[in-house]
Amino acid sequence: MKKYLSYFRIRFINSLQYRTAAYAGISTQFVWGFMEILMFSAFYRENPESFPMDFSALASYVWLQQALLAAFMLWFWDKDIFNMISDGTLAYELTRPADVYWMWFTKNAASRISAAFLRCFPILVVASLLPKPYGLSLPVSPAAFIMFLATGILSFLSVVSLCMIIYAESVYTISPKGLMMVVSAVSELLSGSLIPIPFMPDWLQRILYFTPFAAMQNLPLRIYGGDIAGTEMLCSVLLQIFWLFVMIISGRMLLLRGLKSAALQGG
Amino acid sequence: MIELSGINKTFRVAKRNAGFKEAVKTFFKRDYTEIRALNNVSFTIGDGEIVGYIGTNGAGKSSTVKVMSGILTPDSGTCVIDGLTPWKNRKEHVKNIGVVFGQRSQLWWDVPVIDSFELIRDIYGVRENVYKRNLEELTDLLSIEEILKTPARQLSLGQRMRCEIAASLIHEPKVLFLDEPTIGLDAASKLAVRSFIRKLNSEKGTTVILTTHDTQDIEALANRILLIGKGQILLDDTLDGLKERYSKVKTLTVQYGEGDIQEKDGMAFKEKKEGLAVIEVNTDLISVSQAIESISQTVDIRDLSVTQTSADEIVLSLYREFGI
Repeated sequence: MKKYLSYFRIRFINSLQYRTAAYAGISTQFVWGFMEILMFSAFYRENPESFPMDFSALASYVWLQQALLAAFMLWFWDKDIFNMISDGTLAYELTRPADVYWMWFTKNAASRISAAFLRCFPILVVASLLPKPYGLSLPVSPAAFIMFLATGILSFLSVVSLCMIIYAESVYTISPKGLMMVVSAVSELLSGSLIPIPFMPDWLQRILYFTPFAAMQNLPLRIYGGDIAGTEMLCSVLLQIFWLFVMIISGRMLLLRGLKSAALQGG
Repeated sequence: MIELSGINKTFRVAKRNAGFKEAVKTFFKRDYTEIRALNNVSFTIGDGEIVGYIGTNGAGKSSTVKVMSGILTPDSGTCVIDGLTPWKNRKEHVKNIGVVFGQRSQLWWDVPVIDSFELIRDIYGVRENVYKRNLEELTDLLSIEEILKTPARQLSLGQRMRCEIAASLIHEPKVLFLDEPTIGLDAASKLAVRSFIRKLNSEKGTTVILTTHDTQDIEALANRILLIGKGQILLDDTLDGLKERYSKVKTLTVQYGEGDIQEKDGMAFKEKKEGLAVIEVNTDLISVSQAIESISQTVDIRDLSVTQTSADEIVLSLYREFGI
């Protein structure tokens, strides 16, 4: 266990050095958040009845999403891993007495957490100072907040484990670009990062409910605003845990099989 | 103890001719060629040996090292290192080995070197007191004390390579694989790396397997040479044995005053100027001392030097002999 913690630590301090990227990220996320809220408020003013979410819950959703972008967005790839695969530095990883899957898992998790950590505070502080209903409001209840944290961690792990499947796949194909682009685009739409899932057509929502995409940012962010609660929440959490296991097991099998047959590049 | 027997490995490589049309064609149908990277490779290396593993580019050196370090699974054959099969007991096996790939880096680019070392300590579960002792020793021997706190990206190649070697030895491996450790290093760094490896081998008895294109590395370090070509082991001999075989000819360079040198059987002039002669002596026909004696009888020798075939020339004649 200690080896993975240590691996986490070094990846974390390694990415804490990229301050300029963090500043740029913060400003991008502010602008993006404001634009989204302006857009939704225009829709809301037009016809509040056809709006599937409470407006202040939506504002909280947008701000939390922007603050925790690095943790929940699938496209926040760890380029180190792709580079390692394509230039063969992966050879060094294989000479370590550790499980490559969990090493990369921790690595990816650490780079996400460090990036989120650097970016979230300014956004959370400013967003909570904005006038109601445009800002980040408090969670609907203490219980909802606890569930937000718990499902937040689970969905973070789900995002990492889905990424791991892509990393594992690129061990076979060497170049990850194609799959990366397809998965980024599809998941961005289906996980509710472009627009929250409640804004989608009913039939799509019903399908999405059973997919791992609904178990990602959609769940914690909607629990926070009280949009998902009660039995629906419990079922969603169970599905979330189920998908997490499926993705970890299949990702690990895929990776280990890939490494067995991989011919390392160069040298 | 390292024992390889009958190791085979074949790679499939996609091939196509140059040009746009060919590129489009391969989009639908690819032609693969099979390359036998390793063809029935067998050898045994005892504990505490330093073995120079040589061969031309693409001969299979790196593939063999990858098999021995558990990275590559061969198609067939057995490899047992200290009782373990690398690709089957990977995690157990890699605890006992250290690997340095000269063209890659295991140091974290943006953090001080010492952070990478601590990560390696934790990954291998090296105890704190052992770590401290090894770190002290390694920083001292490789003189990297001052650069430990520098991020890896700001190190020169020579500094980085010394840190890479230290990183591979923190867990005290019994076997060290060095894949071109002196590539691109300046003379001083090369010497430092070589003397360190010698010391490591003599003091700790670490088995060292060294692949390199630098024949001076071989000359300075290896007592035994394995030559691989087209995936096959072509030769397994000691360096001295090779020298004997390939350096029957010694070169005498003589500077002299009065007189003229007489040519004798087994002596051939390579160069002859006023007061300077370069003579090749075939030791099968005449010994070096006899040759010197005969020269000194006719001329007044002012300066004399004897050189024997360099490792470079030996390797070259080996490559020529085996047609690789």
